[in-house]
Amino acid sequence: MLHPPLKVIALALLRVSGVSFAYDHKLVLDDISFQVSSNDFIGIIGPNGSGKSTLLKNLNRILSYQEGRVELDGVELSKIPYQQLACRMAYVGQDTQVTFAFSVEDVVLMGRHPHIRRFKGEGVSDWQVVRRVMEATRIAHLASRRITELSGGERQRVLLAKALAQEPDVLLLDEPTSHLDINHQLEFFDLLQELNTQQGLTVITVLHDLNLAALYCKKLLLLDQGSIFAFGNADEVLTRENIRAVYNTDVEIYQHPVNHRPQVMLLPKQRYRKVIGAQKDPQGDCLGCQTSPGECPGP
Amino acid sequence: MLVALLIIGVFVTTIGPASISIKNAFRIIASRVPRLGAKVVKDWPKSHEVIVLKVRLPRVLVGIVVGAGLSIAGVSFQGLFKNPMADPYVIGISAGASFGATLAIVLKIGSPFPGIGGVPLCAFVGALVTSFAVYNIARVGRKVPVDTLLLSGIAVGSLLSALVSLLMILNSKDLYQILYWGMGSLALANYHDLLLSIPYIVLGMTITLIYSRDLNVLMLGEEAAISLGVNVEKLKRILLIAGSLTVAAAVSVSGIIGFVGLIVPHIARLIVGPDHRILLPTATLGGAMFLVISDTVARTVAPPTEIPVGVVTAIFGAPFFLYLLRKRKQQIM
Repeated sequence: MLHPPLKVIALALLRVSGVSFAYDHKLVLDDISFQVSSNDFIGIIGPNGSGKSTLLKNLNRILSYQEGRVELDGVELSKIPYQQLACRMAYVGQDTQVTFAFSVEDVVLMGRHPHIRRFKGEGVSDWQVVRRVMEATRIAHLASRRITELSGGERQRVLLAKALAQEPDVLLLDEPTSHLDINHQLEFFDLLQELNTQQGLTVITVLHDLNLAALYCKKLLLLDQGSIFAFGNADEVLTRENIRAVYNTDVEIYQHPVNHRPQVMLLPKQRYRKVIGAQKDPQGDCLGCQTSPGECPGP
Repeated sequence: MLVALLIIGVFVTTIGPASISIKNAFRIIASRVPRLGAKVVKDWPKSHEVIVLKVRLPRVLVGIVVGAGLSIAGVSFQGLFKNPMADPYVIGISAGASFGATLAIVLKIGSPFPGIGGVPLCAFVGALVTSFAVYNIARVGRKVPVDTLLLSGIAVGSLLSALVSLLMILNSKDLYQILYWGMGSLALANYHDLLLSIPYIVLGMTITLIYSRDLNVLMLGEEAAISLGVNVEKLKRILLIAGSLTVAAAVSVSGIIGFVGLIVPHIARLIVGPDHRILLPTATLGGAMFLVISDTVARTVAPPTEIPVGVVTAIFGAPFFLYLLRKRKQQIM
């Protein structure tokens, strides 16, 4: 159930210890350990193939890790029945394709599935929840439309509404805005932030966009080839050195003018590298000169 | 819809070479209903009574039961495999039943139970054993990937079909009987076989109906279903078992009648939409009507010979199926 934030010492809501996971003998996650406290807003970042989505799916029994433990409130995941888990954790996956033409309100109502008893139907209270979340995600006007007719951004909000209809304590999202325009991206994350600060929802989201992650997330988990490279708040994790080590590229970090979060500035190879100090290759040649001989200012 | 089914059911008993009036047909049947019967004055020719009750009514009842069973299994499997081309036989059930029936015909296997024919029994067993085998071949640990299940069904089905063909060639005197069984007919069964198969069909149908909502959720994808609290592997197992029971029982009674389990779900979906809570009952009743009507056509279109009903359903079914394919192609383009 959602509850207002409490000023108590945050206890570990979700504890991940020594988790390793392999798809068919290919190791994707290696000895992952970290803790999530109630009301956290965590962004999981890292290059493609670093195991971000896989880690997320190991947190709600979509995938089953082979080693280690994941505990929700001290209880190991595999000991929690699927239905009970779904009343506490909701998940919005990356793949938003729905091939069957359900109406929007039917899809959102499916979010109530874990709460509806098998031989009862949905009740008045279920529909109230559906209406509430549809208003929060601003899709109330789409209620009777077929989900197959909606645009990507609208569909994403429907899936978010469905997840919120589960009334979870923890919301897991896998790259929820990668294909959306910037205005919709901000709208989506503003909504998540509102849910996090005003209703105590714990959010764990996989993100591709480092700047978006730094802007909204209280903590960042940087993955590199299946292991945790760094875990902490944005200033600790988003550093030039970390990005160079994990992404193998040079960037500049600046402070966001409004909320002072670290933001990544990309550095195209030509023209800008020598401004900060050209890299030298093993032979001692200035790499800047090798790329644009006419513009080298000298060693 | 139920009323429509009843009316059609009785009406159909009137159609046929010997002409029987509708009123009489209703009255003949009514006379057999326990309490109503006494009130009906029996004033029709005895031959009419025999025709309605012993020749046509059994076919109608078989048609209702088999049509309903195949259709509901069709809906269930199409949802389970998320594949609109899936039909109730897709996990090798038809091949397994054929094989069982062929063995019974060729080896003249009688049945240890009084009242059940050897052929239906072997068909039933063959169907169930095959689906069990197909499931276990596709299983990886405790999970069954749906694509693998389909492929496994195709592989095992092909093998068994080949064996059936082999047996047919080696036993040419039984050829006609095997072939006829393979094409499906509502005349194969008597009341006994039917009564014995009904519990399985009803059980399978009931179980499937109970899980309507879970089927809906499964349509969002397996990952989404898990995140909504559905134990997906358990659901697959349950639906497969229920479906296999239903189809095995249906096939043991009437042979392999194709296309019913494939088209009726689609027609129903076009009319009432994808919500399984409405779709399943609609397809069930629609399937019953469809098969009864097809059978009526089958036995009256070319008197005095009877076209196997599987041929009629295919003649109706194949063009419609092609039409569906064209629609899909146009949508993709």
